[in-house]
Amino acid sequence: MWWTRLKALIVKELLAVLRDPRGRVILIVPPILQLLVFSYAATLEVKNVDIMVLNRDSGAWSNELIHRIDGAPTFRHILRAQHPEAVRDAIDMQQVIAAVQIGPTFSRDIEAGQPADIQIILDGRRSNASQIVAGYLNQIVMGLSADTPGGRRMAPAVVSVVARNWFNPNLIFQWFMVPNLVASIALLIGLIVTALSIARERELGTFDQLIVSPLRTHEILLGKLIPPMMIGLFHITIYILAAVYIFHVPLRGSLLLLYGGAVFYLAAVVGLGLFISAMSMTQQQAILGAFLFMVPAMLLSGFATPIENMPSWLQPVTLVNPLRYFLIIVKGVFLRDLPLSEVMANTLPLALIALCTLSAAAWLFRRRLE
Amino acid sequence: MAGPASPFVQITGVTKTFGAAAPALDHVSGTIEGGHITGLVGPDGAGKTTLIRMMTGLMMPDSGTIDVLGFDTRRDPARIQTAIGYMPQRFGLYEDLSVQENLNLYADLRGLPRAERPATFDELLTFTDLKRFTGRLAGKLSGGMKQKLGLACALLKKPRLLLLDEPGVGVDPISRRDLWKMVKDLTTEGIGVVWSTAYLDEAEACDRVLLLNQGKLLFTGPPSEVTGRVDGRVFKLSGMTGRRRPILAKALDQDGVVDGVMQGASIRLVVEPKVDVAAIAAAVAGADVTSAPAQPRFEDAFVDMLGGGPGGRSKLAEATTALPTDDHKPVIEARGLTKKFGDFTAAQDITFQIPRGQIFGLLGPNGAGKSTTFKMLCGLLKPTGGEGRVAGFDLRRDTAQARNRLGYMAQKFSLYGDLSVAQNLEFFAGVYGLSGARKRERIKLMTEIFDFAPHAALSAKDLPLGLKQRLALACAVMHEPEALFLDEPTSGVDPITRREFWTHINALVEKGVTVLVTTHFMDEAEYCDRISLIYRGRSIALGSPDELKASVATTENPNPTMEDAFIALVQASEADEDAGKAAA
Amino acid sequence: MSDPAFTRPEHRDRIRRFAALVRKETYQVIRDPSSILIAIVLPLLLLFLFGYGVSLDATRTRIGLVVESATSVTQDLAASFQASRYFEVVNGRDRREFEEDLLVGRVRGILVIPATFAADFAAARAPKIQVIVDGSDPNTASFVQNYAQGVVATWAALRAAETSARAPTIAVEQRFWFNPELTSRNFLVPGSIAIVMTLVGTLLTSLVVAREWERGTMEAIMATPVTAGELLAGKILPYFILGLASMSLCVLLAVVLFGVPFRGSILALYALSAAFLVPALGQGLLISAATKNQFLASQLALISAFLPAFLLSGFLFEINSMPTVIQWVTVIVPARYLIPSLQTVFLAGDVWPMFGEAIAVMLLIGAIFFIVAWRNTRKRIA
Repeated sequence: MWWTRLKALIVKELLAVLRDPRGRVILIVPPILQLLVFSYAATLEVKNVDIMVLNRDSGAWSNELIHRIDGAPTFRHILRAQHPEAVRDAIDMQQVIAAVQIGPTFSRDIEAGQPADIQIILDGRRSNASQIVAGYLNQIVMGLSADTPGGRRMAPAVVSVVARNWFNPNLIFQWFMVPNLVASIALLIGLIVTALSIARERELGTFDQLIVSPLRTHEILLGKLIPPMMIGLFHITIYILAAVYIFHVPLRGSLLLLYGGAVFYLAAVVGLGLFISAMSMTQQQAILGAFLFMVPAMLLSGFATPIENMPSWLQPVTLVNPLRYFLIIVKGVFLRDLPLSEVMANTLPLALIALCTLSAAAWLFRRRLE
Repeated sequence: MAGPASPFVQITGVTKTFGAAAPALDHVSGTIEGGHITGLVGPDGAGKTTLIRMMTGLMMPDSGTIDVLGFDTRRDPARIQTAIGYMPQRFGLYEDLSVQENLNLYADLRGLPRAERPATFDELLTFTDLKRFTGRLAGKLSGGMKQKLGLACALLKKPRLLLLDEPGVGVDPISRRDLWKMVKDLTTEGIGVVWSTAYLDEAEACDRVLLLNQGKLLFTGPPSEVTGRVDGRVFKLSGMTGRRRPILAKALDQDGVVDGVMQGASIRLVVEPKVDVAAIAAAVAGADVTSAPAQPRFEDAFVDMLGGGPGGRSKLAEATTALPTDDHKPVIEARGLTKKFGDFTAAQDITFQIPRGQIFGLLGPNGAGKSTTFKMLCGLLKPTGGEGRVAGFDLRRDTAQARNRLGYMAQKFSLYGDLSVAQNLEFFAGVYGLSGARKRERIKLMTEIFDFAPHAALSAKDLPLGLKQRLALACAVMHEPEALFLDEPTSGVDPITRREFWTHINALVEKGVTVLVTTHFMDEAEYCDRISLIYRGRSIALGSPDELKASVATTENPNPTMEDAFIALVQASEADEDAGKAAA
Repeated sequence: MSDPAFTRPEHRDRIRRFAALVRKETYQVIRDPSSILIAIVLPLLLLFLFGYGVSLDATRTRIGLVVESATSVTQDLAASFQASRYFEVVNGRDRREFEEDLLVGRVRGILVIPATFAADFAAARAPKIQVIVDGSDPNTASFVQNYAQGVVATWAALRAAETSARAPTIAVEQRFWFNPELTSRNFLVPGSIAIVMTLVGTLLTSLVVAREWERGTMEAIMATPVTAGELLAGKILPYFILGLASMSLCVLLAVVLFGVPFRGSILALYALSAAFLVPALGQGLLISAATKNQFLASQLALISAFLPAFLLSGFLFEINSMPTVIQWVTVIVPARYLIPSLQTVFLAGDVWPMFGEAIAVMLLIGAIFFIVAWRNTRKRIA
């Protein structure tokens, strides 16, 4: 008997989302947009930047340095400056992100086996990018240094740092971003679809029909939870397929564990969505509420920036953020073949959060009935 | 403009279509005169709001012209807007601003000179009795007060033409009468008033009407001309023994009967010309029934114009199994139901019992507490005090079993707009526990009875109002409930659809279904066996429609309408309250 | 026929109507909680998030340091790492201790000073140390590598100086102008101010107009002598002021609470902000002219204004690194011009040539938005 009721409700919820043109738009546009934008546009990599060179040296080594800088794919245009004011202006106006100043005795010093130096000036206003640029420039200089007569002599004495990148040997940014997107799209869709569901019924006036019907409160909640979870799992699957077949991100761990974690994650997210929906009187309030939650959730989860960079007093706040745990699971399963124990360690908090949000939603729901 | 005899508004061949739907207005022509109240009359969707908006110059017709006060709405809308007063639906008030702030705003927007303001404000505030509330936020006013404030804002610059869009909707009858009086006074000063309404009794009081239905103009002229159509063809049958509902059903199926409705214990019939009423009366009701001519009403004529009402058979009821009528326990019961929201008491100590096979009405204006009472009984709200039971069960506590016995039709027929007709039916069937063969059978039955087949794939939100109502009813009765809860089930529909609906309900009641209905249409109350009049959270009267009317009959008014009864009873109750306060 | 009720609109009447609309709007802003939410609470939240929550500085990255054999040289090198402010070092003897930590994320890298290091270093036999990083976060991985190299190079140079051995041939002296501490907050907070103004200018404005349509008040006031222009202006002015007020609040917080330096002039700050509000408000009006529905308006505002301001303005992600097609799209994102200028006002001081350019482009985009919005704002319902 209860199954008949619940099934009718689940079918209705799915139909309501799929038959509403706005619902369809939400299900299609944000996922595609997100995938495109974050995989290609929103990257923390640095490419195609312009730099300026003030070269007061007339020897071969400065030309060689400039030649190497030019050859690096990171740098697009190299502007030549004739005097320091040009450097100052160019950086002030952000025409270039960095400027390399080579002194008049550069080549001579190198030939003579004396220490030579160059100055690099970087725009601290774009501090992230300029640090990366500084790193690249330093690499180039070190490479040149090793090729100088003095450098070649000293080579055996130079301490080199041999780097090995585990899990992502070529440091491909998309291998980091696309698994993250799996988690964030589930958050986005799960929150929005659920947040709208009760608010829409209230606006339409059909909410009373549900309450008057034989559906019990927990059946209504279940009926409102399961469809968004189904939709969320669908989107997760699409993203996993895209990750593997379009972006060639390796899938080293167990897909089963990933889906297992996904179920609890979605339960937590959908519980939150229901809570927001139970609080909102109109669909527009629901959207703003979902948005109000999503922005901090994305920013404080390790999505773009690591949690350890946050101030220590703020880090505990992330413990209640389901995205944080699922990000670890997703990236772990894709790139690191995360062992079961670790997956469990991250799934348990998700289950707890799900329990809390669902109970809160149920409680609020019941209270709203008064 | 040539002289005072020219019409204030001249509408010529106006057509307006929105999207792919049928035209909202179809070649409508007419005039509005100064010094008159002209009614724009018709059910929801008739085109009244569209026509009024076009008169304000804010919407243009697709074809045809409208001249307002000598200006063409296409060429000089700005000039029109300086000379009119307009009150849209929902009154056009800023809820976050106080009464005085709203007035100031409109005074500034209309360019009322500073010097004139104190006098004008004073006059208007006194006129609308809002003087004590100037500091109150508009959002916190009652419906009637909002209506008056909206009117005051529209009157600030003494407009020549006043356009009111459904000003009386849902407001209590006393406020509605006050407003009417105010507006009537204005016409004596030569102001032209357009009052749009779906209430056909208001239509009768207008000086002239433009009668619209589904975008078409059915009539223009004095309402008496409309009513005149059915002169001599309206009769009242009274003194029947036996149940009046089957009698009405039989009467409707007789040849020669155009329309029939219930009026308390009597039946009102409109017949074809030259029909022998006595013969019909005897045929349907037996020998002791008397038939007497009755004063025709606007509604009688309107139904006649639309081709007459529906027949008396309800295939729905025929397909319903009769419920046993042997036990005499009340099916719906309210005992001391009270609901407080903070320190606001929405409903106070409401008590009544509804036995099987009866229609019980909760009658009162919006905000009186009837929806609150209704919701407490069907389990949507938890009472602060008292209890409500359906078929012996307390719905707040109880199981699916109890809820399976009731059917519910929400206000404005809340259906799932994005789902198709068929999907809505499937959903409600499933939710009420119908599955497998039984479900298929019931859905098929509903589709046949209500003729859903041609529209089965249409989304519910695209259905015309009449079909929506039918679908809502179908969804509510698919599981053959014992009790039906109907919340304002016929608001806004045209009279024909309303009659069809009541035919079904009446027939179901004959099969033993119990019905609780809320309405603010005084005339709809006549269908009920008993009514509770709800005003300001209290039940101020309880009894059959005839009893209530009789209780306020006076020598000046020996045949009061339901509305008269309501007003008199409210006034009496307020007098009692004041006396009580004085004595205390 | 001349209707005595109608006269040519006098200036005085215009001003009175405009003032009435502005007054009405102000009351509504103050009394409506959702406006306060969007104009004050949301900005504070954003500022807080970007001031504290988001940091691109890889400070105190946890790494495991394995010193396979302890000698004075290796201890000395280890000490350099331990002293570095970029690393939070966990000591160990064997890399296998840390491998699981790296897998699980308890450390972000493992530095291994192999047993042969001391000998290789003394004999100048290409001494190596190994750094193993978690590549699944490329940004942090790069930082760890770079910092490790930096620490090593500095240490080697110091040792060379002490023992007067040969110095590296090319030394790089690098200076980061304007933000020498490289605190990411210093560029994130000014950037988030642009987003705050987008919220007020575009999201709030579009919502507020759509709300008037939904509640029926728009219809009512259009039936008065008020003109479409007065309606527009009456909406814009209060939200313009509110936008500047939100901005001022944020700037105050940025300087006082977050300690972001402010080296430019107040004039430049307000000139840039005012110029930005023009396209922001224009877009808000355009959205509300296109849809008279609050729900759609809020979605459109979020997608077409907030997200681009966030993602496509150079705020977090470098525009130069984006594919060319998307770089073309960023040309019409007003935040793209505001953010570098704001970062300059805070960190560098007044650079009027840059500001002038930014102001000009923003005003141009704003003018286009306004013209289109104007054309679409008629006193018409349908």
